[in-house]
Amino acid sequence: MTVPREAGAIHDIGYRRYEGPRLGVTYIARALTVHSLRGAFGLGRATRSKVMPFLLLAAMVVPAFVIALVVVLGGADELPLEYTSYAVRLGAVVTIFVAAQSPQSVSRDLRFRLVALYFARPISRATYVRSKLTAMSLALFAFLAAPLVVLYVGALLGELDVWDNTLGFLKGVVGAAMFAVVLASVGLTIAAWTPRRGIGVAAIVTVLTLLGGISAIISGIADDQGHETLAGWAGLISPTAIVDGVQVWLLNSSTSIVTGPPGEAGGPVFALVGAALVTACYLLLMRRYRAVTDS
Amino acid sequence: MSLIVTRSLTKRYGARVTALADLDIEVPAGVTGLVGANGAGKSTLIKILLGLLPSTSGSARVLDLDVATQGQQIRELVGYMPEHDCLPPDVTATELVVHLARMSGLPMTAARERAADTLRHVGLFEERYRPVGGYSTGMKQRVKLAQALVHDPRLVLLDEPTNGLDPAGRDEMLGLIRRIGTVFGISVVVTSHLMGELERICDHVVVIDGGRLMRSAATASMTALTQEVLVEVTERGADLESVLVGAGVAVRRQGDVLHLVLAGDGTYDLVRDTVADLGVGLVRLQRGRLHMLDMFRDAPGGAA
Repeated sequence: MTVPREAGAIHDIGYRRYEGPRLGVTYIARALTVHSLRGAFGLGRATRSKVMPFLLLAAMVVPAFVIALVVVLGGADELPLEYTSYAVRLGAVVTIFVAAQSPQSVSRDLRFRLVALYFARPISRATYVRSKLTAMSLALFAFLAAPLVVLYVGALLGELDVWDNTLGFLKGVVGAAMFAVVLASVGLTIAAWTPRRGIGVAAIVTVLTLLGGISAIISGIADDQGHETLAGWAGLISPTAIVDGVQVWLLNSSTSIVTGPPGEAGGPVFALVGAALVTACYLLLMRRYRAVTDS
Repeated sequence: MSLIVTRSLTKRYGARVTALADLDIEVPAGVTGLVGANGAGKSTLIKILLGLLPSTSGSARVLDLDVATQGQQIRELVGYMPEHDCLPPDVTATELVVHLARMSGLPMTAARERAADTLRHVGLFEERYRPVGGYSTGMKQRVKLAQALVHDPRLVLLDEPTNGLDPAGRDEMLGLIRRIGTVFGISVVVTSHLMGELERICDHVVVIDGGRLMRSAATASMTALTQEVLVEVTERGADLESVLVGAGVAVRRQGDVLHLVLAGDGTYDLVRDTVADLGVGLVRLQRGRLHMLDMFRDAPGGAA
């Protein structure tokens, strides 16, 4: 589009120096975060990159829409599920989103060795890792919060109790933020250690599904046999169950899996394990990128 | 002022591998060639200069900034073109270079303008709107060069920019690098394992081998040291060789071709006279370009 203006002088306009501002690391980190956040939904990429995230977003929002519709038209007096349990109920969709989009964010830079160009620029490894984590967390948060908004609007239109629903919705938003941070950390860490995108997708699905499955099986069996405490602790095996446990403890929500964290100590322990998991993922990511610059 | 100064710079990986050993170099403004065989320590040196890799001991300054503590400032003012592929195939050159310009701290509008300008300067026109995946090696090298220049650095570090190019592409790339140093006014450090191609474009050449400094000199003095003469005669090559060796000329024989180390015009005279005396036909008398390895084969204290 600039061709007509420059057509006469396109061959040699001479080299022009850049005298404008060079913005600092804060600007660069923000630009990288926004770039990665857009990338998580395929924005600014080819059309086919948008298909998967938006299909999944639809899969995430449509059930909420149906619930809202039923509430509005059917005149129920409360939502059939808590806001905080929506992410767990649609765990499969969330897992696929994490698995599909985490490699998009980090494996691509690693596989094509684009990281060499990032690290030759002002930002440090830590800034890069934090920007990627922030972007993926924000993407997941949007993904998890969108259906909650639909539920909330449905509840208001259906003239359900405003106070209960506002509180429930806010709890759901806090829970979504916790799910987002934990799942983004786990997803990006696995993706960064599996530079091939297909393998990364498979690895993330496998790990999250397997941990969730093992946790649920142990909880289920223990619960059946009356070992309620063991059933509660088994939640620590799965990242999703950990966040669910923290929700039970912190937000006073009811558990969406077999059972919540056991006893007085359960809640704080779940929160600590959750925090430790996120920290461990961060350190593993930093180690991964140290290996990149050292080799 | 020297753009790059290293003092006793040493980098060891574990106890056994020494990538850089007590390296003292000074790189002046202009176009400087950094020559060394593969594994000589060129890439390690570049990573240390960018502040990405800590040295084991010694110090280095780039643009009068300390690599150990001011890496971030250095990376704002330096551009880097890696040796390896580093371009994702699914974006266009424009998108990639705009993004990388922002990653160097340029605001969006400036990033767009600089990306368009820079891609044109490296010779990418309409192609820049196509995904990089479909580019030839030469075009990819140009995109890599463009991202190193997009933020108007004061110094660019180019790691083997002619790798994988055909002779024509190599000439174009070398011409472009020369232009960056002279017309654009950006100092260049360019690495290569080929002495010959750097002679043509560099003001100064630094030769490292096994992580040690071998030579550092203005190109003019370096070429005098490194050039040799190739001589080929129709017959009696062995006789010619023995006469030349007898006259004190360093001769190395490779098939039918004698490689003589050039020691001034006297060497030419000697060859002419000897060939005439022997009464044989002179097939070739040509200035040769020393390959790095050839240079060290006879260099005193050279690579083992």
